Amino acid sequence: MGEPPSTKPLRDSGEPKELLRTSGGARQIERRLFLKQGLSLGALTLLTGCDVTDTSAVQSALDGISRWNDRTQALIFNPRRLMPTYPESEAVKDFRYNAYFGQSQIPEIDGASYKLNLSGLIDRRTPWTLPELYQLPQESQVTRHVCVEGWSMIGKWTGVPFRTFLQRIGADLTAKYVGFECADGYYSSIDMASALHPQTFLTFKISDEILAPRYGYPLKLRIPTKLGFKNPKWITAIFVTNRFPGGFWEDRGYNWFAGV
Amino acid sequence: MTDIAAGRLHRVSKVIVHPLTVRITHWLNALAMVIMIMSGWRIYNSEPIFPFRFPVELTLGGSYDGSVDLHNEDGLAGALQWHFAGMWLLAINGIAYVAYGILSGHFRRAFFPVGPTAVLRDAIAALRFRLPHRLGVYNAVQKTLYLGVLAAGVIMVLSGLAIWKPGQFQELTWLFGGFDVARVIHFLGMAAIVAFLVVHIALVIIVPKTLPAMITGRASAHEAHSED
Repeated sequence: MGEPPSTKPLRDSGEPKELLRTSGGARQIERRLFLKQGLSLGALTLLTGCDVTDTSAVQSALDGISRWNDRTQALIFNPRRLMPTYPESEAVKDFRYNAYFGQSQIPEIDGASYKLNLSGLIDRRTPWTLPELYQLPQESQVTRHVCVEGWSMIGKWTGVPFRTFLQRIGADLTAKYVGFECADGYYSSIDMASALHPQTFLTFKISDEILAPRYGYPLKLRIPTKLGFKNPKWITAIFVTNRFPGGFWEDRGYNWFAGV
Repeated sequence: MTDIAAGRLHRVSKVIVHPLTVRITHWLNALAMVIMIMSGWRIYNSEPIFPFRFPVELTLGGSYDGSVDLHNEDGLAGALQWHFAGMWLLAINGIAYVAYGILSGHFRRAFFPVGPTAVLRDAIAALRFRLPHRLGVYNAVQKTLYLGVLAAGVIMVLSGLAIWKPGQFQELTWLFGGFDVARVIHFLGMAAIVAFLVVHIALVIIVPKTLPAMITGRASAHEAHSED
């Protein structure tokens, strides 16, 4: 839409960053707080005409249905079905900036000292430098990025098919999840079937140019089979695991599978 | 007349105007509508199509301020959870209603025949407040409105699937003219259903005896027509 690039958060508190860096246990506590707060549903009160005091029951039911929707979407997901592609002329050059913080807080990553760390169910866990990553075979895609908020934008991304990379590092392709950690404290995870989809790329470029800092320099996951928030930017670490890793927005109630 | 006789008379004079399945699916659908519309409004607010937003008090999705304060998140997560939970209630209940409507002959008896002449005649009569209301019998305007809102419901489900899964259901999204057009259609379908609800509820207020009939299913014989 014709508005200036907007940032996701309404309030630029910088607080989420701190929360992010805390351990999983702290995250749990914070999540529980959210569940409690979620209960004072003014709207639901209006709906039922009475005070909904046991809001945690409502919230845990909603969480349960969201897990059910994860499974439903995994069934709907066809690992060979390609997402629509578009002529390059339809790719937006000035792609919309989107993160949970304003542009002033964009991580500035030094490409010369950058390392991509690997962990979990991976045979060759040696960190990768940027020149090493650039040596990998690269492809381009012109696909639609669909945001959970409802907007969408066609862009052109260039990088290495993620399947190629996972094979190259000797990842356990039978594991359940691939997780990502990012320089801004963001984190997310995807199912292995989606990770191996032919259009899932680790990208270095947008619109034929090395990713600008606001687009995730030096490394962004492009996964057109999922909503935008499953496309992490500023990736610094990748891990393979069978333990559900969650994600930044997912732990705040967004559906985890988030298939498109 | 003895009390017993009066009671028997009373019993005999009551007839079923709305079958049990219609009543159950009606009220479950009412709940699903409220959930889908109110959570949908908050989802709309996160990326408005038109230059307005819905008042947050009219939206559903958990504590708005709590989401903003705790999570730097404007309550969209909760709204999406409600929407994609309400989706199941709407779909399962809708399938049950349509299956019943077709198999039992309820649709055929209640909504057909309906033609333009009858619609015009009844519409004019209604506007002059001269259209008699018999419980359980739909006049031509009602038939048209009910068929219309049913069609709107089908469009809402299909356009909803088109914007939920523009990749996996890309043919459906294409049929709706693409992702962005499907979003507009999903919005307009909502607007049509809300317009129906306004008329529907206004008519219940004007003819209040319709409300108990939709709960108990029964009405006295002289003001009703049994569906048999």
